[in-house]
Amino acid sequence: MKAYSLFSLARNAMSYHRNWQRVWRSPDPKKSYDVVIIGGGGHGLATAYYLATQCGVNNVAVLEKGWLGGGNTGRNTTIVRSNYLLDASAGIYEHAVKLWEGLSQELNYNVMFSQRGLLHLAHSVHDMQEIGRRGNAIYLNGIDSEFLTPQQVKEMLPIINLNCRYPVMGGLLQKRGGTARHDAVAWGYARGADAAGVDIIQNCEVTGIRVDNNKVVGVDTSRGYIGARKVGAVAAGNSSVIAEMAGFKLPLESYPLQALVSEPVKPIIDCVVMSNGIHVYVSQSDKGELVVGSGSDAYNSYSQRGSFDLIEHTVGPLCELFPLFSRLRMLRQWAGIVDVTVDRSPIMSKSPVENLYFNCGWGTGGFKATPGSGHAFAHSIANSEMNEIAAPFSIDRFNSGALIDEGAAAAVAH
Amino acid sequence: MFIIDCPYCGKRDQTEFSCHGEAHIARPTDTQNLTDEQWGEYVFFRSNTKGLHRERWVHTHGCRRWFNALRNTVTDEIFATYRVGEVPPGAAESQP
Amino acid sequence: MTQAQRLDSGGLIDRSKPLRFTFDGKPYTGYAGDTLASALLANGVRLLGRSFKYHRPRGLIAAGSEEPNALVQLEEGAYTEPNTRATSVELYDGLVATSQNRWPSLEFDVGAVNSALSRFLPAGFYYKTFMWPASMWMTYEKFIRKAAGLGVSPTEPDPDVYHSTYAHCDVLVIGAGPAGLAAAAAAATSDARVMLVDEQSVPGGATTGRTLSDAYTQWFEQSVSQLHNNDNVTFLPRTTLTGYFDYNYLTAVEKITDHLGPGRGADKPRQRFWKIRAKQVIIAAGSIERPLVFADNDRPGVMLANAVDTYINRYGVLPGNDIAVFTNNDSAYLTALNASANGAKVTMVDTRKSVNAGLTSACEDAGIKVFTGHAITSVQGAKGVSSVRIMPLSDDSKSVAGQAWEIKCQIVANSGGWTPSAHMFSQSGGKLRYDNAIHGFVPDMSKAKSINPNVSAGACNGSFSTAKCLQEGSQAGVAAAAACGYQSTPGALPAVEEDGLGGIEAMWLVPTVHPVGEGSAKHFHDFQNDVTAADIHLAAREGFLSVEHLKRYTTTGMATDQGKTSNLNALAIMADIRGAQIPEVGTTTFRPPFTPLTFGAIGGQESGELFIQERHTPMHGCHVQSGAVFEDVGDWKRPWYYPKAGEDMHAAVQRESLAVRQSVGMLDASTLGKIDIQGRDAAAFLEMIYTNNWKNLGVGRCRYGLMLNEHGMIFDDGVTTRLADDHFHMTTTTGGAARVLGWLEEWLQTEWPEMQVYCTSVTEQWAVAALNGPRARELLQSVTDIDCSAEAFPFMSMREGKVAGIPARVFRISFTGELAYEINVPARYGRQLWQALQQAGKAHSLCLYGTETMHVIRAEKGFIIVGQDTDGTVTPLDMDMDWIVSKTKPDFIGKRSFVRSDTNRQGRPQFVGLLTKDPQVVLPEGAHIVAEVKDAPPMKTLGHVTSSYMSPNAERSIALALLNNGLQRKGDTVTIRLMNGDVVDAIVTDPVFIDKEGVRVRG
Repeated sequence: MKAYSLFSLARNAMSYHRNWQRVWRSPDPKKSYDVVIIGGGGHGLATAYYLATQCGVNNVAVLEKGWLGGGNTGRNTTIVRSNYLLDASAGIYEHAVKLWEGLSQELNYNVMFSQRGLLHLAHSVHDMQEIGRRGNAIYLNGIDSEFLTPQQVKEMLPIINLNCRYPVMGGLLQKRGGTARHDAVAWGYARGADAAGVDIIQNCEVTGIRVDNNKVVGVDTSRGYIGARKVGAVAAGNSSVIAEMAGFKLPLESYPLQALVSEPVKPIIDCVVMSNGIHVYVSQSDKGELVVGSGSDAYNSYSQRGSFDLIEHTVGPLCELFPLFSRLRMLRQWAGIVDVTVDRSPIMSKSPVENLYFNCGWGTGGFKATPGSGHAFAHSIANSEMNEIAAPFSIDRFNSGALIDEGAAAAVAH
Repeated sequence: MFIIDCPYCGKRDQTEFSCHGEAHIARPTDTQNLTDEQWGEYVFFRSNTKGLHRERWVHTHGCRRWFNALRNTVTDEIFATYRVGEVPPGAAESQP
Repeated sequence: MTQAQRLDSGGLIDRSKPLRFTFDGKPYTGYAGDTLASALLANGVRLLGRSFKYHRPRGLIAAGSEEPNALVQLEEGAYTEPNTRATSVELYDGLVATSQNRWPSLEFDVGAVNSALSRFLPAGFYYKTFMWPASMWMTYEKFIRKAAGLGVSPTEPDPDVYHSTYAHCDVLVIGAGPAGLAAAAAAATSDARVMLVDEQSVPGGATTGRTLSDAYTQWFEQSVSQLHNNDNVTFLPRTTLTGYFDYNYLTAVEKITDHLGPGRGADKPRQRFWKIRAKQVIIAAGSIERPLVFADNDRPGVMLANAVDTYINRYGVLPGNDIAVFTNNDSAYLTALNASANGAKVTMVDTRKSVNAGLTSACEDAGIKVFTGHAITSVQGAKGVSSVRIMPLSDDSKSVAGQAWEIKCQIVANSGGWTPSAHMFSQSGGKLRYDNAIHGFVPDMSKAKSINPNVSAGACNGSFSTAKCLQEGSQAGVAAAAACGYQSTPGALPAVEEDGLGGIEAMWLVPTVHPVGEGSAKHFHDFQNDVTAADIHLAAREGFLSVEHLKRYTTTGMATDQGKTSNLNALAIMADIRGAQIPEVGTTTFRPPFTPLTFGAIGGQESGELFIQERHTPMHGCHVQSGAVFEDVGDWKRPWYYPKAGEDMHAAVQRESLAVRQSVGMLDASTLGKIDIQGRDAAAFLEMIYTNNWKNLGVGRCRYGLMLNEHGMIFDDGVTTRLADDHFHMTTTTGGAARVLGWLEEWLQTEWPEMQVYCTSVTEQWAVAALNGPRARELLQSVTDIDCSAEAFPFMSMREGKVAGIPARVFRISFTGELAYEINVPARYGRQLWQALQQAGKAHSLCLYGTETMHVIRAEKGFIIVGQDTDGTVTPLDMDMDWIVSKTKPDFIGKRSFVRSDTNRQGRPQFVGLLTKDPQVVLPEGAHIVAEVKDAPPMKTLGHVTSSYMSPNAERSIALALLNNGLQRKGDTVTIRLMNGDVVDAIVTDPVFIDKEGVRVRG
């Protein structure tokens, strides 16, 4: 792999950019691999990258049915944070943030991780209690966490309407939170994994999981059978489909989740704002677009289309909290398919089939975990045992009751 | 934005309804005799079908009645709606 | 300034109505009927903006909503609007527009240094740089952000109002060009309800301002007038169809007052958002001409050929006096002849070697020199075209060689062919197919989505001639009406001369003397985002081969025009590089909205007063009069506390809390959820819903219940009363009312439909005043005919009677641990009851209290608040409430989950009281108990404070907490580490701090 740098850019400019290498090869699949990763999104590519670069497992293929990063990796609102309540969540998400902090250098690919701060707003006494508890928990987990008064919120966000329908009573700030460039994460990991010998195979859809004596032996694909000693399924919204091929169910449902962006404008909002109270999730991209998270429909769907009323119910609150956005315009709206568990926490786990591992259930918040998820999953697959960070996210928790219920902990008004 | 044919009211806009997941999952009657795995299966595990999915809807802003629908989760085409207790209509002719 | 480029006659403008406007502070004049773009062009202004990345000088490309370059900052102050397409702004008097993305001025822009450095800034350069040192990214990013972003956001709230509306129709027609008009006219001859929307201010589409034939003119005028006068037809001009969603749900935005100017709409909304359900949709959206991709094709003055036509025909503006027309197809010959006829000196450059002789001879007759088999290889003039150089193309058209010619011109009118506007068909879920005859994607009706019945007619279907448009439109109109069950009788269509695309030979990338990417010239396909053919080559070289990777890596098609003019060129260039067919590269996804959509129009109505309406109890007015401060609880406004003069919240709450326990307090409890439950099996049902026993509850008796979900976790609580054998009155938490009703219905209707139980929400039917305190009985007795003696009306029972003359149900239940009555009256009497009790209460030292005092005094008794002391992860056992869990019932919802390995493990969080060693210290809610205090985190936590107050009745601070294994730790000292570094010691206690024996409540 030829390193990227200002000098390489200048050198290549002299030769009219004719000598840049392919960012990843496009090999034909081999007969078999030590590890086959199903799904060429951020999590799958990161898993392959860490397998090859840290775990000594280089005979790896990533099988992607479409194009790399074409699922939720390229459809999310790019928010990165680790301000979670529960220890297990803090474990994985903070692990991820620490990896994010050096990721551009690690990958020699600028993923534009921008720690511009992430602000959760509280709009009621109940919200204040929720951020009070969470803020303390985050702090004691060794993660940065700060309470803001409404006046401090106003200083950070001069354009906010503090006195909205549910007036802003306070805020919880994670300064190390922010955003990253979503496509770059997929491409950067792909480039790194490829350089370490991983075969990245696009347009290769897995159509079956071959199991012998309750042990995975390979996968059938649109490009033929590929043998595998171990298989890691990192298929997000399509995880249940993979599980069904292997003969079991997962505690997952796939829902449409929508998002939208505005036309680009000069910098107007400098941090990520999240308001669970009135449902506003907004940041501004480097290009200048307001990136706005919408809601998820409650019906199962694989269509990557959501209901338009959710867009209306996203834009209304946006204009309520930031009345001056009313004259800006929506440029694009789209939907992804999110795989959601009952406790809104992911699954990183062994499965009922030996040597078949699942990494899924990231729901609406998977992007932020990408490096941590890939790292923990790679080490777990390599050692045939879930590591300390991944272990709490076992499928078994749905039988034992040891849920990691961030959702319940944050919700429920009295 | 679906149009949903409520078996009690007729065709209405999706915004009048809410969806509550997979249908035809009966609550076990002998709960105390189940293993944790059997109980967990009932409470948490779902088919999450890609294709024809039988699911529960309620006409929240209407008659408040629950009913079932047969919908293709890939195309979002709703092939049928039917009342709770009714046998799901055969969908062989409408396989995706 | 004179309108030098304005023709003496022609066009749909009104030369008797001059309109003044300014651009970058300079005054100009245009006419009514102009757009900002046409008025600027009439004044000879060709430099309108700077591009996004390289800050190259840019002018108009198009005349319609596909315009990528001419974005302006419209108006100033609160009315300002960034990134507004000059081609879509109807001119009004006093209009103020400013150019964007330049500093300090449009003429001299410092950012243009990027253009000089462009060689070092290829597609995706930012992924390869700005990484060292790591700490510098945020600094680099600050500059990148400042440089990006186009226009500026308003900084004041939007002064305009918006409106949205639903509409239903049989046939929706998108586009009022010849095809759309013919479709609507045909459908409207039946009884079908027809809607016709068009983004322009006048109908006509591509024919606007053109004279096709007398017959056409007559047909057009008659059709438009009939449609306007037909009550079955809703004809909406200035209305852009923005999105096509499933089950034929479409959205459109109608500009109502934009064309009048800011603040001049009187009482009308600025825009109206239409949400339309159509049984049948006819897409007649026309097509978009695409530019040829040639060297420096972005110079101001390089325009689409049809734009030149439109400016002449519709606006009476000749864009330039010397015009070079550059084409690979026949349609641009009409432009050449038109421009020539209107006085321009025209030169024709055609990439094709052989051209229809009729066209060339027509040109020769008009004095137009035609160069066939030639290409423009360079364009001179940085801030406005001054000349072009042309050279003969090689046999395979892949290179140029031979005699070069220099042609002086100010305008290059170019046409690379026409791309059908298949946006709406694609948004509807249909797939496109590539049509080699026209070199464009057209709807593939065999791959339409069945739930979205639609048909495409005219140019958006690849049928470019007006005659074909009329024919397809009319047929579509008849068919759509028929599909809705209506018979139409369309009139005859007018005869028109053959026009349209004619012949075309693909030419996706026009060669120059240099290979692509070398030399100084740039071949743009995406103008706004500055994406060039060289960028596509780079993307291909680096492996970004799929169309989506191409888009994301180079940003082609991602600008505010969403690639309307660029997408196909990009695909084709990539296909050429890959040696693939265009459809193999893929088609881009057309995402809504069609053109950028004002946020205010989508959601404007749902903000401010109409955001989420406040819910008020019947007594709300009384609380306002009493000076209450309100708390948002769900959508309700509840009195939080009632401060007296000079009191802060703390003082008011301390006073109220004392008063409740010393005399009597009154709380508005109307917001509590109330559900009327009737039916033969009501008691059996409650046995399953609640954890405790209900069959044995006597009529007239009340009982507290906990509801669990199937995980075994508490999710609501409340007191339920048996009104009759088969009749219960259930109460729920305020926030949980709707959820609980849904929960009950879910079980009844889906799991136990055999049960005869009927649930009705009566939350808003009853107003509730809760009297709490030792003097509650004497106060109540003074206004009621119910015998309130302890014997006649015991704790946990209900009596009916009259209170203050109002029929009432009185429940003797308590959330304070005091003698208490909750008086329920029909909601319409709520205010009367409250006032009567306030009046009568004067003799009994009645004190009004709000939710904060309610919270304090219930905490003194250790009563939980679901959602504050519980969080959806605790069982009744965790809450030390095993007394409420039946040991005898075989089953209830959630029971089975208790015996799961994690749910019955040791060490779970359990509910306890905490007393700080220093009684004056009030712990912050949410503070955590740590296993061991360290200088700095991380520290292992054991639990957290759920409720914490200064209790005037306990005369010290009190707190409730969830603490791991807490029930076994009573008497232990635990340590709370606060975020400010403070460490607080507290003793673990029973959560009941007052009247542990529960004497007062039974008094």
